[in-house]
Amino acid sequence: MVNTKVTLSGITLDNPIIPASGTFGYGYEFAELYDINILGSFSFKGTTKEPRFGNPTPRIAECTGGMINSVGLQNPGIEKVIQEELPKMKKVFHKPVIANISGFSVEEYVYCCQKIDQEDQVGIIEVNVSCPNVHHGGMSFGTSPEVAAEVTRAVKAVTKKPVYIKLSPNVTDIASIAKTCEEAGADGISLINTLMGMRIDLKTGKPVIANKMGGFSGSAIFPVAVRMVYQVYEAVNLPIIGMGGVSSPEDVLEMMLAGATAVQVGAANLVEPYICKNIIEKLPEVMKKYGITDLNDIIGGAHK
Amino acid sequence: MKQSLFKIIKNEPLTSTVYRMILEGDTSAITRSGQFLNIKLDGLFLRRPISVCDYDDNTITILYKVVGKGTEGMSKLSPASILDILTGLGNGYDTTKSGNHPLLIGGGVGVPPMFRLAKDLIAEGKNPKVILGFNTKDETFYIEEFQHLGAEVLIATADGSIGTKGFVTDIVKELCDYTYFYTCGPEPMLKALSDCTTTSGQLSFEERMGCGFGACMGCSCETKYGNKRICKDGPVLEKEEIIW
Repeated sequence: MVNTKVTLSGITLDNPIIPASGTFGYGYEFAELYDINILGSFSFKGTTKEPRFGNPTPRIAECTGGMINSVGLQNPGIEKVIQEELPKMKKVFHKPVIANISGFSVEEYVYCCQKIDQEDQVGIIEVNVSCPNVHHGGMSFGTSPEVAAEVTRAVKAVTKKPVYIKLSPNVTDIASIAKTCEEAGADGISLINTLMGMRIDLKTGKPVIANKMGGFSGSAIFPVAVRMVYQVYEAVNLPIIGMGGVSSPEDVLEMMLAGATAVQVGAANLVEPYICKNIIEKLPEVMKKYGITDLNDIIGGAHK
Repeated sequence: MKQSLFKIIKNEPLTSTVYRMILEGDTSAITRSGQFLNIKLDGLFLRRPISVCDYDDNTITILYKVVGKGTEGMSKLSPASILDILTGLGNGYDTTKSGNHPLLIGGGVGVPPMFRLAKDLIAEGKNPKVILGFNTKDETFYIEEFQHLGAEVLIATADGSIGTKGFVTDIVKELCDYTYFYTCGPEPMLKALSDCTTTSGQLSFEERMGCGFGACMGCSCETKYGNKRICKDGPVLEKEEIIW
């Protein structure tokens, strides 16, 4: 027998596999396919204060080893999420979930986190700081250590739940941003969000995506994610949820060796709807192959 | 929705760019005409959504046009190759609203889903009239197959090389005895049909998709009845709900 249980801020997960926000909705589509209670947890669709339709379509583009999306945080808004989506989600998923929160001002983050703090099923709040800050010329909160810290402090002041800051990889020094979030009171770090990318259609000579640019994800970004998790692990003394291109049990182990305590699976869910189930089922066997009896023994193992 | 493996039985060109592929496997997730498949192809990250032309207990027929890397790769697959496919995607057409004399209007690659729909309507004892639009005679396909179903078939070609010269709307405008309409084709055609038809109808839309089963919000659109996902709440929308 091997041990796949890991602990994030006092919450024990049966395994480290967590579908990433925006690739799993509120779980219902996948609950039709398999019992999603086998998951460690899942991070539900990014939620904002106001309802959002998101960006114009096309929002999706094919890439080698991945895809670009510019969905633009489509969601029904925090009130509807709490009133309608969470009660439905509770019927198909019975473990603590991760609430992914986005905002366009510090006040919006605070508003949403205050509301979501009241929800029993939410185990962790994952704060997405990759959104543009309307008060600072649209620059992403996550690209400035000071602003990321400001969001962290403001959110921590209004919730008792553990707060994980989900960092953008579109920065020059991700470790220093993680460090300032730690100093501002973050309980953990999630990384990486998507990399900014673009595709141009040769037939039209124009960008494929209506919004021109979007977030690049999929297996192609895995090495970038491993590198950044490794760097952040060196910089902070906080649990890390690693993500970016994870699509196999081997990727999970690699991400954990880099320093992740748990691992999110994103784009792969969209093309292989059973991917999380498959990873969970194969993980013990792959652990045995590498002589691993307890996953906790390998967290950050590459640094030793 | 179901994920399963299918064996290619046949993969043959019908025109210089349109191919017919017959697949053998578990078709139990398909419940209506107008639904689609999402096909995994070697070397591509995203699956490719393709409408279902016809199906029975263990085969699916798809007609697809080579328009990019994905469909080009498909055209080169040989019989006996195995494909990983998601089936039973999308809402499909609702035949209960058709009345006795529905119009079925397919334009170009929008023709295939009309085939199973015509078959279903005829099986329900209705008398569908089929209108197919193409650019030119050389690009036509499946005209005889529709005729063999026993449906009346009218053709429009942009250059007049066969049938009425012009668009499907030029034919539809002359008709007045239909009870409902169903269509699939390029968006300008759908819009023109929505404007010139005198009854309610169902229109099937195309959009670039991420997952094809409602998880990613990649293909959302706004309707009078709220936001919808083309892949899950569509691809078939009712005329009255569409915001053009």
